[in-house]
Amino acid sequence: MTVTAMTASEVAKKVVNDQPLFILDVRNGDAFADWKIEGGNIQYLNTPYFDLLDGVEEVVSELPTDRDILVVCAKEGSSIMVAEMLSEEGVQAAYLQGGMKAWSEHLEPVKVGELSNGGELYQFVRLGKGCLSYMVISEGEAAVVDATRMANIFLDFAQEKGATIKHVFDTHLHADHISGGRAIAEATGATYYLPPKDAEGVVFEYAALENGLEVAIGNSKLEIEAVYSPGHTIGSTSFIVDSKYLLTGDILFIDSIGRPDLAGLAEDWVGDLRESLYSRYQDLANELIVLPAHFMIIDELNEDGSVAKKLGDLFKENHGLNISDEQEFRDMVTKNLPPQPNAYQDIRKTNMGQITPDDEIQREMEIGPNRCAVR
Amino acid sequence: MNADKVLDAKGLACPMPIVKTRKQMKEMESGQVLEILATDKGAKADLVAWAKSGGHEMLDSREDSDVFTFWIKKG
Repeated sequence: MTVTAMTASEVAKKVVNDQPLFILDVRNGDAFADWKIEGGNIQYLNTPYFDLLDGVEEVVSELPTDRDILVVCAKEGSSIMVAEMLSEEGVQAAYLQGGMKAWSEHLEPVKVGELSNGGELYQFVRLGKGCLSYMVISEGEAAVVDATRMANIFLDFAQEKGATIKHVFDTHLHADHISGGRAIAEATGATYYLPPKDAEGVVFEYAALENGLEVAIGNSKLEIEAVYSPGHTIGSTSFIVDSKYLLTGDILFIDSIGRPDLAGLAEDWVGDLRESLYSRYQDLANELIVLPAHFMIIDELNEDGSVAKKLGDLFKENHGLNISDEQEFRDMVTKNLPPQPNAYQDIRKTNMGQITPDDEIQREMEIGPNRCAVR
Repeated sequence: MNADKVLDAKGLACPMPIVKTRKQMKEMESGQVLEILATDKGAKADLVAWAKSGGHEMLDSREDSDVFTFWIKKG
């Protein structure tokens, strides 16, 4: 009997619209505990496929009849098998096409704002991994910030919008995901910028992203301005777009702040992190809308699926911006940190161009949540 | 390591390595050792979890140029 596939895009729409879904996740218990599809209106049952080989009778009684059922596994093979077995028992269930790999790679473009002279700002939400990328479009030109490995999505999107990508930025050398910045720059002839202090091990040509750098997009000089804000890494740089948006990279998130330890120098960088958050950002306008490079939990999404909030609100609400005692702050960002992202050292090497794993291995390296923040 | 049986599951995608391992294991006696060769990257975590839930013992595992080898003792 044939069963139906549900695409990552369809699942993303359900998550963003808070629609009900029941997920039967048939990966092993550790994989499920480590990382799963998150959503406000999702119910879960985790039963590994290898416990269902004799039959699915025992889970059938636990499945609801009033919401869609989706069977999920790592790559899709086992979920198809389990969905077929359910179908034979008379239970209608779909499987996630491409499994958690496809979920990890899906990007949902969300328009976050209008810019001067008809410009637009888009946020690309990678729901499966919590990564956020950006595209600024103005008068037929575009800039991309913190692009993920799936370069074609950005290239296709720019083409659809009739824009030529001229500038590609990474706010810092990423440790949780493989950057698509270099590939986009190579495909378009755009300039690829990296903060030099993060790029000491980089083996390819790049342009220096330094404090005060100003880049104009389109004829009307829509401006992107770089603001040095170290702490997550020593080179971490933020951007102010059109005097209205603040792209914070991995320094400041909606409900958490960046962790300083992923390049192995937590003790050295904690002072920089504090200065960026408690001094440099304090000097910026409270009206700026913060657009981070990650979210951690689905509650950080706004109703339209975007991740954005006024800087002034974050100063009031974000715990990490409200720790007056410096020692307490130091302890929070250097002790009891969550586990480091999967394969983070190899990911850093890949982003420096030191190693070039094939596509399949790059996919494996990125499995799991991003874990760039501390709360 | 000495194995009583060898199962070649190279080139097979999930769930087949486990399906075949389970079938082979059923035909073996308690205390016998099955050697499994697989190339699926997910096989390791799944075999460990499967062996544990089935009361079998993962004696050892090895990775050699993209081929994983596992030795599981039937419980």
